[in-house]
Parts: sequence; structure tokens; C-alpha cells
Amino acid sequence: MVMTDRAGPPETGDVAGGARTGRNGFPMRARIIAVAVATAVLTTVAVAYTVTAARRADSADAPSAFGLERGQLYFRSVRDGDGAGRVARLAAPAGASGASGVAAMRTEAAPAPDHRTTGGPACERFYAAGGTALCLQRRSGIPPASYAVVLDGKLREKRRIALTGIPNRARVSASGRMLSWTMFATGDSYATTSFSTRTSILDTRTGYLIKNMEDIPLTLDGRRYHSPDVNYWGVTFARDDNRFYATVSTKGRTYLVEGDMRRWAARTLRENLECPSLSPDNTRLAFKKRVREGARDPWQLYVLDLRTMREHPLAERRSVDDQAAWLDDHTLGYALPGSGGKGSDIWTVPADGTGAPTLRVAGASSPALVR
Amino acid sequence: MYLATTDAAAATTKLTRGRVAGPVLALGTVSLVTDISSEMVTAVLPLYFVLQLGLSPLQFGFLDGLYNGVTALVRLAGGHAADRGGRHKLVAGTGYALSALSRLGLLLAGGGTAGISAAIAADRIGKGVRTAPRDALISLSSPPDALGRAFGVHRAMDTTGALLGPLAAFALLWATADAYDAVFVVSFCVGLLGVLLLVAFVPGRAALGPVAAPAAGPRVPLRGRIAEPLRDAAFRRIMAAAVLLGAATIGDSFVYLLLQKQLVFAVRWFPLLPLGTAAVYLLLAVPAGRLGDRIGRRVPFLFGHAALLAAYVLLLVVGDGTVLLAGVLVLVGVFYAATDGVLMALAGPALPAARQASGMALLQTGQALSRLLAAAGFGAAWTLWGSRAALVIAVVVLAAALAGAAALLPRTERRSSWS
Repeated sequence: MVMTDRAGPPETGDVAGGARTGRNGFPMRARIIAVAVATAVLTTVAVAYTVTAARRADSADAPSAFGLERGQLYFRSVRDGDGAGRVARLAAPAGASGASGVAAMRTEAAPAPDHRTTGGPACERFYAAGGTALCLQRRSGIPPASYAVVLDGKLREKRRIALTGIPNRARVSASGRMLSWTMFATGDSYATTSFSTRTSILDTRTGYLIKNMEDIPLTLDGRRYHSPDVNYWGVTFARDDNRFYATVSTKGRTYLVEGDMRRWAARTLRENLECPSLSPDNTRLAFKKRVREGARDPWQLYVLDLRTMREHPLAERRSVDDQAAWLDDHTLGYALPGSGGKGSDIWTVPADGTGAPTLRVAGASSPALVR
Repeated sequence: MYLATTDAAAATTKLTRGRVAGPVLALGTVSLVTDISSEMVTAVLPLYFVLQLGLSPLQFGFLDGLYNGVTALVRLAGGHAADRGGRHKLVAGTGYALSALSRLGLLLAGGGTAGISAAIAADRIGKGVRTAPRDALISLSSPPDALGRAFGVHRAMDTTGALLGPLAAFALLWATADAYDAVFVVSFCVGLLGVLLLVAFVPGRAALGPVAAPAAGPRVPLRGRIAEPLRDAAFRRIMAAAVLLGAATIGDSFVYLLLQKQLVFAVRWFPLLPLGTAAVYLLLAVPAGRLGDRIGRRVPFLFGHAALLAAYVLLLVVGDGTVLLAGVLVLVGVFYAATDGVLMALAGPALPAARQASGMALLQTGQALSRLLAAAGFGAAWTLWGSRAALVIAVVVLAAALAGAAALLPRTERRSSWS
């Protein structure tokens, strides 16, 4: 075998700063000057862009301009300009609760003129019911922080809970007593990039907080189930503030679970069901069902009748990754990615599988109709 | 085997005693700057995807898997291309440039998933392509008996960049109220600066002395040529030891997850835990490299893995929060300091100059693939039997792998390689 000389450091003197001509043809001094100039230019570009971006940002933490009112649709406004990232509201169409309202919505050719009232709290996720609102916030910084903020009927802060991860689902029970939220736990930078979820439940009457519900005793297919990989998300409470439904995932499958707060136990009812949302009359669950493997358009919205345990698909054919919200007993609202891939829009669709989806609010997410 | 003429080796030893060769410092600076750039983006991507673009975690996981899979194979190609005609600087520079440009891709993609996938893939290809030629350049521009120190200095500088990147990104998001585009633009500028530094201050392979051109001779099928470094017995043993130990390494994310499970800890500080590990790595990379130069690199490499074994045992037996936290972070830091650069220093002298890049690429790819396997296996064991049982298995497997590696690694590394 032909072996070559181990390379010594013939260029050491060159790189260490002699004014000799290097092998790439330029003297060291010229190279230093060129890099210095380039550094100055690049720094200017970076600083200028950052300053512009900082100016673009809204002044944060303005006080809430409005409270929770019946018949108003609350949402997170993601429209550019004033109020982006903050909670806003719109008057729901007249008589929106009840079949006539749905009929009115369904026949609407174009979305109603958008006279949204902006200026609510800044939230990544928002939900409100029964005089209580839940706002999941994220604050940039070192380290970045997330919070679940409990707000009263005037959207004033009542309690703030520090969390980790990225805000995902938020729900308030109809009475306003039980709150639940889900965070994607991700080591923001250095640790894992794979997601797992952390779901918390807060009883606002007792103040009792379950930070992570994954220790709830679970019965799967009739047998007591133990696995370290259980993940819960998307909790929805019944009117009694005790029974709840949620998704559990384990070993790559997802199940609908029915839980009981007082007994602190949960059991699976059905497979392939995510992000349940209980109708106001407590008879049906809207949920997303996995209809395709892989990452392309995996889900479709369905409604499950809890008395017959029969399910039917909704008229929305696009893949929805959201915990749908019941605007009344006949209509569901949910967010879809906005046209052109920017932001998101709120759409509505009848809960009985008929009709067609309607664009309700452009540039919005996290719908909640306060009844 | 690989004869360095005795007097040349002696001369270089005298010349560089106590300091690191200029090209190594230049490459270290390039890595520092580039890592600031790339870690900035890595730190904010999950947030950007989920909060800004509204992608589901499923899609995010898909993209993440995509970019982790790409690197391993591209690295082999990068190493091979660098060795052909000694174009180390050109190939490494292309990799750095590709990664820098991918930030503009992220910016221009807006919210489009296809554009984002392409940008991430470009970044990962760039990273894969540049790693082996860069390590080969470090190895080729340092005397064999100071390789450990050279890699130690490089890895310390590299880690400094990796530490600063996320801090810079979070500071930017804080200052601009979540303007992710500003993070991409700044990252691009920093990345471009890294490329310029490489172009200006890192000497090309041609400047490093004559090399017998590997392209001469009969044409061998590509697959044969990529595996060529394995024909050498010493390198083969190093490779086998690295792959064996890699297959017993469960992955940092699991370690942090286990810590998270066992600690009652203010959650908002959790993302900063790995900073502790990185700080230890940073402090010990140079001493570990120097130690390897003095007593042979085999020892720190094995002891580094022993430190990892100790970390697993600690996770298993210690209940006390503070002891556990400090112990695990320090031990994992020691593990990286004593193994990452040291492995390259171990392999360098066992490779002919004309095969440095492809040999290192082979070694890194083998290690990465076996670690991937280990992570998958540990995840499966965790799912099936629970975290404690999985950890017990990991301890047993790592102890066995350590024994195997101790037997495999050539004991007479220094003499056989260059005397």
C-alpha cells in the first residue's frame, strides 16, 4: 500500500496571520478586510430586519376591552394588523341557537360582514363558557414560558398557571366550573423534537389542579391497563361537571375514553376517535377520525350518537385538525388552514351530516360561542 | 503501517506543542458561527410549525423524520466526494452554503408545507455533506499526536455555537414579539458569515501537502469504494467498537424524558436542562482530547461510555432530585466530551490521508445508524415493559458493549499507527 506523509501544518503561519500570499491567491490582509466588510454588511442587514420586525409588533398587554356576552362568537383573531393574536368577538347571526338559526346560516351565500370587535387578551388558544374563559398563552423569552390563564366574565385574570410546551387544546365546561387544556410537550430546543401531550384539569370551584392526568386509572377494552406511553388530550366535560370524554393514545392507537372525576377513573369506549367535543344537549360527540394513514389529510370530522353509539361523517371533506366546538345543538365550528397557507379560518358545518361547510370568520381560530 | 517519516513527525510536534494549528482554529470558528445559525432555527422550528403555521404534530413529526433520515446517507457521499481529488474545502463549503441558503427557503416558503420540507431537506443535506470533509481537514492539518487536542478545541467551539444559537433565537423572538421571519433572516446572515470565514481562512486540501490521488487506478464500483477504509484492520476494529457502543446508547431525549418523570421541577426551566450537559461538554472537550493525546484515545473513549453507563445507573437508583439532576447532566456531558471528538482522533491516524473524509463519513454514519436502532429499541422496550425495565436492559446492554469495545479497540493505537 502506498502511504503518504502525514500532513504537517504547512499553512499554519499563513492562517495565523502572516501577510504572506495564501494559496487561494489573496494576501491575508485583503482576506481579513473582505471578511470584515462582509461582516459589517451582514450585521446591518440582520439588525435592520430585526428592528423593522420589532416595530411591526403590537404593543402587548393592552387591557381587555370587552367581557363575555351571550350570543357572541369569540375567537382568536389572526388577521394581520390590529389585534392579531388576540381574542376578538362577533355577533352570532340572529337566532343562532336553534334550528332556524342553523337554517339561516346554511342558506347564507357569503359570510356575514366581518365587524369583529378586537382587543381581547392575547392567547394562542381560547375557549369560554358559563362566565369563565380559558386563555393559553405563550411568552417569548429565555426561557420561553407558557401559561394557562383563567379569566372571569369580564375577561379579567383570576388565576395563572405556569406550563411547559406548546398550547394546543382548551375547553371550559358549560357551567364554567371545570377547565381542561392540553400542551404539546416538546423540549423547545435542545431535547427531543418528538411530541407528547400533557393534559391538565382544573376545578375552579375547589381550586384543585391536576397538572398531568396521565396517572388516571384506565380500563382498556374491559381490562385494567398499565402502559407508560399513555397520552391524553382533548377533554370535554358533561353538564354534571363530573363525567368527561377525552382521547387517549397508546401503542400507536387512539381511543375515546369516558372519565369520572369523583371516582378518578377512565375507561375506553371506542377506537380511532380523537378530540371529542360534547354537544350542548350531551347526547352526541363530535370528533376527528383518522381516515388515512400517513401525514396527508389524515382526519375527517364525525359525530357519534352516544345513545346508539352510531357515527356519521359530516359534510366537511377536508382534513380537520381541531377540537370542533358546538355553536349550538346543530352546528359545529372548527378552524382550517387559511387560503394560501396563511393563518386559519373558522368554518361551520351542520352536525347531522347534511349541508355544506360555510366560511364563518376569515383569519380566526379557537371558536367559542357563549350561550 | 501508516508511516509518517519520523523526523517530520518530530518536527511538527515541536512546532505546534501547546497550540492548535491555524486551520483547526479557523474551522472551529466556522463551526461556531454556523452552529449559532443552525441551532437558532432548530430551536424555533417546532414553535413556528405549530403556533405560526398551524401544522399538526403529526406533520411536524413527519418533517422531523425526513430531515433526520437524510443526513446519514448524504454524509457518505460527502466524504467520498471530498476524497476524490482532495476537494475537502469545496465540498464542506458547499454544505455550509446549502444550509445557509435553506434559511431563505424557510422565509420564502411562507406557510407552504412543500417549500418548508424542501428547505429542511436542503439544510440537512448541507449538514450531512460538510461534516466528514471538515473532520478530515482537522485531522489532516494537525500532527497525529495532537489530534485529540485539535478535535477537542473544535468541538468546544462548535458546542459554544450550539449553546448561543437558541439563546439568540429566543432573545430575537422576545424582542420582536414572535417574528419568526426575523429569526430566519438573522440565521441566514450568520450562516453566510460562516461560509465567508471558511472561504477566506480555511486552507484547501491542496495546501495541506501532496496526496496520492485515489482516483488513479482501476475504477471500482462506488459501493466498493465507499467501504474501502474498512479494508484496514485497525480502522475496522474502531468502526466495530463505535457501532457496538452506538447500539447501546439510548439517546438524550430519553434521558431527559426520564429525568422529567423523576424530578419535581419548575417546568418552565425544563427546556434549559440540556444546557447543563452542553456546558460540561464545553469545559471538558479540550482536557479529554489532551488526555487522549497523552495516554491513548482508547481510554477516554471507553471511560466516556462508562460515564454514560453511570448516568443510566443513577437514573435507576437515585431518588434524590438534586443529586440525580446534577449527576446525570454532568455524566452525560462527560460522555460527549470524552467520546465525540476523541473518536475522530482515534480514527484519524488509522486512515490514509487520501481516505480521511470517506473513512470518517463511514464511521459517523455507522455510529448514527446504530444509535437510531438503539433509540428505536429502547422506545419499544419502554412501551412494552415500562421505563424501569427498559433502563435495566439499557444498563446491561451498555455494560456488555463496553466490554466488547474494550476488547475490540486496538491497544497499541499510537505505535501501530505512526511509528
